[in-house]
Amino acid sequence: MTIDQLLGLITGIVFGFLLQKGRVLRFDKQVGAMLLQDMTIFKFMLSAILVGMVGINLMSDLGILTLSHKPMNMGAVIIGGALFGAGWAVMGFCPGTSIGALGEGRWHAVFAIIGMIAGAAIYAELYPFFKSTVLAWKDFGKIGLPEVTGISKWVIIPLFWAAVIALFIFFEKKKV
Amino acid sequence: MKLKTKDGGWSPYLAGALVGLLAIASVYATTQIIGKTNYLGASTTFVRAAGFLEKMVSAQYVAANEYFKKEKVRVDWQFMLVIGIFFGALISSLTDKSFKIENVPPTWEERFGPSIGMRAMGAFLGGIVAMIGARMADGCPSGHGLSGMMQLSVSSFLALAMFFGAGVIVANLLYKRRSS
Repeated sequence: MTIDQLLGLITGIVFGFLLQKGRVLRFDKQVGAMLLQDMTIFKFMLSAILVGMVGINLMSDLGILTLSHKPMNMGAVIIGGALFGAGWAVMGFCPGTSIGALGEGRWHAVFAIIGMIAGAAIYAELYPFFKSTVLAWKDFGKIGLPEVTGISKWVIIPLFWAAVIALFIFFEKKKV
Repeated sequence: MKLKTKDGGWSPYLAGALVGLLAIASVYATTQIIGKTNYLGASTTFVRAAGFLEKMVSAQYVAANEYFKKEKVRVDWQFMLVIGIFFGALISSLTDKSFKIENVPPTWEERFGPSIGMRAMGAFLGGIVAMIGARMADGCPSGHGLSGMMQLSVSSFLALAMFFGAGVIVANLLYKRRSS
């Protein structure tokens, strides 16, 4: 095994362990969030984002790493995002959690995994078509919120923290 | 705030914050050790898995496909990360006894019954649509939802809103109990 494969494996084991401990791998938690009845995965994801956001932007400012934004390809993100959301609701897993769900015994996730591999194969066939249509419509490139708004990231991040903490307080009051 | 949940799990705030620390440690470690910053993600691995399977039939065909050429069919850092998720979840669930062989998830069963065939069909078709969407949007709840949001990427704010917006609509149409 190469060093990057080993590093990936170790990171993945810790990631899977934490996903399972947070109880976010389950179909019922994912669908529960979409039915706005169980906010566990929102709490989990937003907590991860709050912490990671500070560390990653700090390291970027210190020149330790470079940010790697995904392209703001308007049509592709809107249509692709909507397709993903629709499929996600039926499947009840996302790509990462499907593998974890299999690990905690929810073996029916295997059908979701096979479906997603089939979906990837279909996408590979349709890629030339998408490239000349959806992917070519409106590409704003790899942009971050601070550059677009002209507001410092160290203003955006505390505002984001405040909004999310307010949301957490709301969740706890509503007991969801 | 309770750190443990009733079923022996951890508070989602705690487990989530630890994933935030893991993301920080991971970008730092990959930058320092491999020399390339790797962000958490999962969906590209499904493309590579499809490539490996198709290679068993025709290596030439895969080699000529534009998308497989772009994403490179190989076992890379992210591929091993996805395999690691399986083992991490297995270890965690076996040690706290939350491991459970489940044929059909409860929410699904309430609405569509205990048929494994029905569930398999739903998961398979949902999986196809979701993965086409994730590849088009260039990320899933890991790549866009966690890594992109942490970087304040504009595309990730939009992607996450679309994921949940469409998810909420379809889930409510599918699973909501009719009050009749």
